[in-house]
Amino acid sequence: MMFAIAAVATLVTMVLTIYRAIKGPTVYDRILAVNAFGTLTVVLIAVYGFLSGRPEFLDLALVYALINFIGTIAVSKYVEYSHMGRPSGGDELGDI
Amino acid sequence: MEMLFDAVSWVLILVGSVFLVVGGIGVVRLPDVFTRMHGAGIIDTMGACAILIGLMVQAWFNIVTIKLVLIVVFIMFTSPTTTHALARAALGGGARPQVRESPEGADVGEGESPSKT
Repeated sequence: MMFAIAAVATLVTMVLTIYRAIKGPTVYDRILAVNAFGTLTVVLIAVYGFLSGRPEFLDLALVYALINFIGTIAVSKYVEYSHMGRPSGGDELGDI
Repeated sequence: MEMLFDAVSWVLILVGSVFLVVGGIGVVRLPDVFTRMHGAGIIDTMGACAILIGLMVQAWFNIVTIKLVLIVVFIMFTSPTTTHALARAALGGGARPQVRESPEGADVGEGESPSKT
């Protein structure tokens, strides 16, 4: 029962964040909403594992959290510097 | 004793669900990107971590508990890092925090003034 409530709350919040990701006026709103959506996906996978009585899905949740972090950092660095690798000029732009 | 653990986990899961919805409403309703980061931080720390700690109490001393501890520790490390990198990218990209009035009167952004959309 409690797992179902948590799953419904997670789905409602997913709808809200995907609304912000579609509507968001700047690209940073979209990155933020997609990051929150990834965290909600981690929670939903964990809750669904308990809801269906098979908590082995938690490996998927762990890997999803890792990929979500790497993807968000990569996209925000790409948006900031317009490429992934070298500094775009100046000496202090080398690393974030 | 079992009933006590069940009650604690149910309270944690309910509190986490409430904070998830509150953070989602904050992400939709708040005015600019820096305040929306506050809503996303509520989703990450209070909502997700409360629900995962509730599940941790539910699955008492398992391999499942270790995996849940790993997920919670990882979220607690990565959420401030992501928010910091994103705020830095937003400041570098030209978005300014929305302020109502400035002490000097000039040279403040009006909020949501992106250079790239």
